[in-house]
Amino acid sequence: MIEIEGVRKSFGKLEVLKGIDLAVDKGEVISIIGASGSGKSTMLYCINALEPIDSGRIVVDGVDVHAGDTDVNKLRRNIGMVFQQWNSFPHLTTLENVALAPRIVLGKSRQESTEIARKQLDHVGLADKFDVYPSRMSGGQQQRLAIARALAMEPSYMLFDEVTSALDPELVGEVLDTLRLLSEEGMTMLVVTHEIGFARDVSDRVAYFHEGVIEELGPPAQVIENSTSEQTRRFLANVR
Amino acid sequence: MDSVSVFTDFQFSDLGFLAEAAGRTLLISVLAISIGTVLGCVFGWVLSATRLAGDATLGVILDIFRSVPLIIQLILFYNFFPIIGFNVSPFVAGTIVLIFYTSALVAAVARGGIDAVSINLRRASRSLGMTYWQDLRYVVWPVGLRAVLPSWAGVALGVLKDSALVSVLGYVELLRASQILITRTQEPFLILTVVGAFYFALSFPISRITARLERRWQYD
Ligand SMILES: Nc1ncnc2c1ncn2[C@@H]1O[C@H](COP(=O)(O)OP(=O)(O)OP(=O)(O)O)[C@@H](O)[C@H]1O
Ligand SMILES: [Mg+2]
Repeated sequence: MIEIEGVRKSFGKLEVLKGIDLAVDKGEVISIIGASGSGKSTMLYCINALEPIDSGRIVVDGVDVHAGDTDVNKLRRNIGMVFQQWNSFPHLTTLENVALAPRIVLGKSRQESTEIARKQLDHVGLADKFDVYPSRMSGGQQQRLAIARALAMEPSYMLFDEVTSALDPELVGEVLDTLRLLSEEGMTMLVVTHEIGFARDVSDRVAYFHEGVIEELGPPAQVIENSTSEQTRRFLANVR
Repeated sequence: MDSVSVFTDFQFSDLGFLAEAAGRTLLISVLAISIGTVLGCVFGWVLSATRLAGDATLGVILDIFRSVPLIIQLILFYNFFPIIGFNVSPFVAGTIVLIFYTSALVAAVARGGIDAVSINLRRASRSLGMTYWQDLRYVVWPVGLRAVLPSWAGVALGVLKDSALVSVLGYVELLRASQILITRTQEPFLILTVVGAFYFALSFPISRITARLERRWQYD
């Protein structure tokens, strides 16, 4: 489980996170919505220590992420992350893209890591693209490649940061379908998204971020359909 | 005064003399390019990793090497050693200067290569649990190298030609050898053509190999 307690973070003078509290249970899917600049990405980066925090605590499976003696490289094996930009390794084929981290980080043999890569690419529907370089694939395919690459580490948690925002509209569906599949398989997921329909249909809870705080948190039926917060209503009216 | 008698025609053995000089050009260039490239990559990494602090220290030193004409560096450095009580050969002095000159040029290229790899891509590799060094080795190095290979080839070809300046120290490399022969034979056209062909033969592998690598690395 992921426990976020009173997390604050500033970039210089700009305070981006102003005391975030959130507990994510095993198997839970939480969608994070909110306006641009409200601190959603920063929150995700803090969870796997890509960004340091100023105060508060983030504990993942009992490990304090930002404690001085925490091995963040080891911690990150257990927390997959997919970004808005798909960030494929351009010099590697899809199979090599996925097989790299299991081989060099987990120390698996070449054969074993290739086997893992095959399985994960098949999982996200890229079984026909093993030897293709990313530059030859669509954004949607590259985003699914990024998901397979993260899954190859067999993480317990997956963080998604607006993974469909940079995609052409007709490619959004295939990536959301992959996310749906993962949620059905019981993956614990934090999904920053502007896809309100997806948030409503797939998540167990929705967190609405507003200027560095979680303004509202609850099941989609509450936050999306029956919000009591003026802020949330206004935001939803704008994105729909 | 008639001095025609001291001139002798270009002979076959002179070709051997030129080939030997070409070997010296090759030796000093290979040393400068290989060691200078390794050093330059380290310097480039330091510059990229330390940003402003690096620019203000190492960056300034490298700028000096890059901006002071090589011929001046060679003469200053060669004459500096006797002052502190050492005597070095023109070859040693020339090689050392050429190595640092190359490293300064490569540092700028290497820094550009590292900076060409987006922060997002590096975050992606770190998010997979790769260490800083694994990210550098398996992602930044290959991606950056592909981005700057043509610039590196330009540096290497430039150093090969610039090695001719070591002749001012009396080291008999290709250019110096050609001057000796021209003085003796009074056949500049023939000799410079032969020497040009030697330089071309030395450069050809560099441009050829990098062009081939570039084609192979077109990501598809
Ligand atoms: N590395 C950084 N240095 C300085 N400021 C930053 C940095 N990263 C983010 N910020 C600032 O922090 C604020 C929150 O950014 P963040 O990316 O977390 O927002 P977001 O909610 O993800 O927005 P978006 O929907 O646009 O992705 C923004 O004002 C942003 O400009
Ligand atoms: Mg964001």
